[in-house]
Formats: sequence, C-alpha cells, structure tokens
Amino acid sequence: MNTRSNFDSSLKQLKDMSLEMARLSEIAVKEAMDALIRQDLEKAKQVIEADNVIDELEFKIDDKATLMIATQSPVAKDLRKILVGLKISSEVERIADQAVNIAKSALHIGKEKHIKEIVDIPKMMDMALEMLNEALKAFYTEDAALARKCAEKDDAVDEMYGRLVQELLGYIPEKPSSTNQITQLSFVCRYIERIADHTTNIAENVIFLVTGKRYDLNT
Amino acid sequence: MAVSTKDKPVSVQPIQKEQILKVNNLEIFYGEKRAVNGISMDIDKKGITALIGPSGCGKSTFLRSINRMNDLIPGARAEGEILYEDVNLLSKDVNVVALRKEIGMVFQKPNPFPKSIYNNITHALKFSGIRKKSKLDEIVEESLRKAALWDEVKDRLHKSALSLSGGQQQRLCIARTIAMKPAVMLLDEPSSALDPISNAKVEELILELKKDYSIIIVTHNMQQASRISDKTAFFLSGDLIEYDITENVFTNPSEKKTEEYISGRFG
Repeated sequence: MNTRSNFDSSLKQLKDMSLEMARLSEIAVKEAMDALIRQDLEKAKQVIEADNVIDELEFKIDDKATLMIATQSPVAKDLRKILVGLKISSEVERIADQAVNIAKSALHIGKEKHIKEIVDIPKMMDMALEMLNEALKAFYTEDAALARKCAEKDDAVDEMYGRLVQELLGYIPEKPSSTNQITQLSFVCRYIERIADHTTNIAENVIFLVTGKRYDLNT
Repeated sequence: MAVSTKDKPVSVQPIQKEQILKVNNLEIFYGEKRAVNGISMDIDKKGITALIGPSGCGKSTFLRSINRMNDLIPGARAEGEILYEDVNLLSKDVNVVALRKEIGMVFQKPNPFPKSIYNNITHALKFSGIRKKSKLDEIVEESLRKAALWDEVKDRLHKSALSLSGGQQQRLCIARTIAMKPAVMLLDEPSSALDPISNAKVEELILELKKDYSIIIVTHNMQQASRISDKTAFFLSGDLIEYDITENVFTNPSEKKTEEYISGRFG
C-alpha cells in the first residue's frame, strides 16, 4: 500500500513543472533562431518579453520544492527528486536566457544583409536541442544510460562551435564593415554551445537522481 | 574547452572505528516465536548506532538482549553471541547486575524513582558501595552536568524528582545511568514522549555523550536517527536488512525495503 500518495503526486507535479518549463525554453530557442534567420525583429522582441513566463515558472518550482522539503521531510530518492527538480529548472532557466541572448543578437544585427545564408548555426542549434530532448526524456523515464549517451554528444557541439567561430572570424578581413554582424553570429554560436553545456548538467542530474552518485560529465 | 566525457563517481569512505560489541548470529525467541532471526553486527565504540524499523521488527528485543533485560520476560531466550570484552553477554555465568552497570539503559517513558533528584542518582551508587557524602555529592553534580540538567536543578536537589517536567525527568534518568559510569548506553525511544524542545535537548545531550560512551538508540523518529547517529541498522520482521553509515542509509540506501521504510512508504 502506498501511504504517501499525496506526496507522490506532489513529486510528479514538480517533475511536470520542470518539463513544462523545458518545453517553453526549447520553443524560445527555436523562435529566437527563427527571428535571427528571417530578421524578424518583432519576433525577437516577443522572445525577450516571454522570458518572464519561464522565470515565473522557476519561482513556482522553487516555492513548491521548498514547501515539500519543509513539510514532508524527504529522504533518499524522494529528496533527490526534489533537489534534481530544482537544479534542472535552474539549468532550463539559463537555457531560456540563451534564447533571450540569441534574440538580442538578432536585434543587434537588425535588417543588415547577412554576410551569407545562415545554415550551419541552426544545424548546431538542432544538435543542442536534440541533446536537450534526450536529457529530458532521460529525466522523465529516469534512464541513466540515456542521460550518459546524451552527454556524450556535447563533444560534437563543442567541435562544431570551434569550427563555426573560426569560419566566421575568417570573414572579417574580407568584410570589415560587417564586423558587428560577424561578432554577433559568433556570440550566437557561443550561446548554443552553452545550451549544450546546461543540457549536459541536466544529464548529470538525471544520473544523480537514478544512482545517488555524482558524475562529472562536463569536462 | 576540454571535451572528453569521463564518469567520475565520488565515493564516500567508510569510517573505521574500534568496536565495543560484536553480535554473532543472535536469535531471540519468545516461547516458540522467533523475534530476531540470527543477526550479526558490530557496534562501534564511542559512536551512536540507531536501530530503526516498524513496530514488531525486533529492534527493541535486540536492544533489551544486550543488557539481558529480556531475562525478565517469561519464555524469552536468546541464542548466539553478543561479545563484550571477549565475554558472551548471553552466557549463564554473566553477573547480570554487574553487566547492567557496564551497559546502562534509558527507557521510552521517563521513570524516575519517587525520591528526591539527589537520591535518584545516589540510589544505585549506594548499592554498589559508595557511601561517602563528599564522593556522592561529586558524582551527583558530575552526572547532572553531563546530562545538561545541573543548572536547572542545582537549587532543588532534595525536591522530588516527580516535580520535574517530562524532559527534565528523562535527562535525570540519563544522569542516573551516567552516574554508574557505563561503557554502553542503551536508549529505547528516549525522547518519543517529549515535546520538541525537550526532544532537542535530549538529542544535543546524546551527541555530547558519545564523546565518552557507546550509544545504541532505538527510535521511530527517522529525522532523529538521521540527525544524531553515526550508523543506522534497519530491522524488518526480525531480520537485519541494512546496516551502514547513517548518511548512506538516509541518502542512498542499498536495499529497496530500507528506502520504502525511511521514506514512509510503509511501516
């Protein structure tokens, strides 16, 4: 017999809130990238404004977790579920902040004609978001093996980041008047690389949740 | 940025301590019914060992067997060994009165004698041959200080112990045990009948006492076990399911049953 069904449903709600927050952050990243590519400044502004919804959700998660710790005396895996819920929501919030950063870069570039068609940056974003989806799936299903597999992909994102920035900087001598745009696009690469790092942290937290042991995958 | 993916688990090193008691294949029966099913465990010297588990799991039966309190229950018998200084405490040759001086006990409900605070402490001392007033005074003060009760009662030592609050009575019972200078103190839910402040005082006291004594505590309060003990043993239906450093038991127990019990899923 489960003697703590109320507590269990609160734990589930906490997890659902983190996942909902992650879903909104993923949308924000995609929208910001779309705004950048299509030079849709209105959309970029909307991404920036919508970030407060994600921030508020994080506060709600904090409050719920605090109340559960204060009233339920959680131990062992119950406690890890709450701690990991808090940590994942914090990582997700920072992913959403990277979406805001991308949107801000889109505004900085404005309507200035792109130095070339932007193809590789969205590919890099797809890699980072694929990692995020895997990490979230691992969180949802409490699958440590999947979390490890997801974290391994961070290397490929890092490698692509290095390559794209090199390529972008190579355009500066050729198009010195576009230095601002090139710098902003390099920043965007950096923001995506950070999304993959936050995702790796999420994967580490999933492994901690499942095994109770800490792993450093982000080295 | 370095990009290698390495798994680096951070492990906790077990604490190696000297042992005061060694329990080998202990079985305890009440008539035909076996209440403890052949458990083996070592108890650390000058540490706090918590025994947890649902009612009827055998933890209190085990605790009471250590200073032979079960001898008082008709039909109760124990097999196996509880070794203390290489002597099997279960042996018929053991002088039970001397044993209970070495291994003292404090019960769930404060049970001071209906005597003065002073006499509560000196009663057993006089039995054991200490009669000199100055020596008795010294032990009374020392025991009450160690039990963190001296400041509260020093001006009314000759008032009835029954005039004390429940929490004070329990600390008096602890002082009474300390006065006999035991090596081991057995505490059977010592603060379950106390209000939160008295409970906190008793917990502080137990933490202080482990500098000098080896303490074994039975508790139904999971938070108490996790706060004060160094090692925790989880009993279920007469079996010792898990025995480990308390930190491990309450953060990442190895047995599913332990996890279910400590997180309140049954029991």
